[in-house]
Amino acid sequence: MILGVVTGSITSTINHRFYDGRKLLIVDKTNPQFRPTGRYVICIDAVDAGIGQRVLVLDEGNGARQITADPSGPVRSVIVGIIDQVTVASELG
Amino acid sequence: MLLGKVVGTVVCCVLYEGLEGVPMLLVQPVDKHQQPMGHLIVCADGTRMAGPDELIYYEASREAALALDPWFVPVDHAVIGIVDQLVADDSGLAGEGGP
Repeated sequence: MILGVVTGSITSTINHRFYDGRKLLIVDKTNPQFRPTGRYVICIDAVDAGIGQRVLVLDEGNGARQITADPSGPVRSVIVGIIDQVTVASELG
Repeated sequence: MLLGKVVGTVVCCVLYEGLEGVPMLLVQPVDKHQQPMGHLIVCADGTRMAGPDELIYYEASREAALALDPWFVPVDHAVIGIVDQLVADDSGLAGEGGP
């Protein structure tokens, strides 16, 4: 899983039927200090995240299809957590 | 998934079985501000409705094939949807002096 910050959203009317009624969010990938790496990923949302929140993103298909309970869904990236705190061992002193 | 701009179409005279009739689009991956990012790719069009100059989002890797019918086909990028509205708000990101 990867760390990120929700920075946007996408709406569309013409899409694969799996995505009907699903919220799409743009997540900027970040380092543990939540500074952007310059890359992003478009995710569906399993935890009601919103723009500006720091999130945990699952970027793997089998787990994503397990969460959505649809074995044929063309989905790979799902927001699976909202982050309160990240501690990096080297910063503990 | 990532954003892309459709820049052209690809027509094949011979295709692997299961891919007959599936539109193939030439797509330039873009960042969330719609600036080009990396090399061109060819996407199978799962919506069958995308065309040149449209902003789309596509899935990569094995999950791309699941957007097609039949789904057991050799495809690694597929258009999932056409973007109507894109909101990109960077204000939540930590800047250089951020936490």
